[in-house]
Amino acid sequence: MKYRYEVSGDDFSLAGRASSEIKKILRSLGASSAVIKRVAVVMYEAEINMVIHAGGGVAEVEIGEDSISMVMRDEGPGIPNLDLAMTEGWSTAPEWVRELGFGAGMGLSNMKRNADKLTIESVVGKGTTVRMRVDFPAAGFGA
Amino acid sequence: MILGDAIKLIDGVYFCGGEKASLEIRSACGADLMSDVMAFVKDEVVLLTGLVNTQVIRTAELLDIRVVVFVRGKHPGADMVDMANDLGIVLAGTRLPMFLACGRLYEGGLREGGTRPI
Repeated sequence: MKYRYEVSGDDFSLAGRASSEIKKILRSLGASSAVIKRVAVVMYEAEINMVIHAGGGVAEVEIGEDSISMVMRDEGPGIPNLDLAMTEGWSTAPEWVRELGFGAGMGLSNMKRNADKLTIESVVGKGTTVRMRVDFPAAGFGA
Repeated sequence: MILGDAIKLIDGVYFCGGEKASLEIRSACGADLMSDVMAFVKDEVVLLTGLVNTQVIRTAELLDIRVVVFVRGKHPGADMVDMANDLGIVLAGTRLPMFLACGRLYEGGLREGGTRPI
């Protein structure tokens, strides 16, 4: 099953709607709460990053037999130093974002902690593509 | 502890979901940074926060947080209340600051922290 969402960069209050939709779909399919939570966290963090740093983008989600894959693609400014960006607590988010409760430099490390696979391709001036995969437990989707 | 007792302990009021006062609650956490909530919070906690925007409700929804308590006399907007109602999330508030609200709940018997080991 494949899903595609446009993530608006114009309205911060809308950030997270794609993650919310995917959460509902996983719940309706009978996924376990552990799987749902991990997917919700990685996708929401990626959505927030897209809105904060890149003016929005596109989220493509594929639910397979044994995993869920999420590709978050934007045409924002890119990440000049990925190693630095992965450091917990390091952030380039502006003050208005911090006032809204985000931008504390936890996003990428939080995504790494909850995804079974995370790859980030970023070209400065062209954009960033974040690929994440969450595996379903061997005992089954709902385990 | 049931939710209704917790709200009494902090001299709280409901903004929505007051009919769920018999809900059993086992743990709580206080945070103003939603990034920290995403990183550290366990399932089904009561979240105490001084942050007031729709992303608080979105964060609660995504992490299965069923009760949000706004501290320091903060009031959620109508859009937040509508969203919480749709999602079945209880919104409450207290005039107490974060430290005292958490302290009263702890003293009242809500002793389990709502975060994973750090």
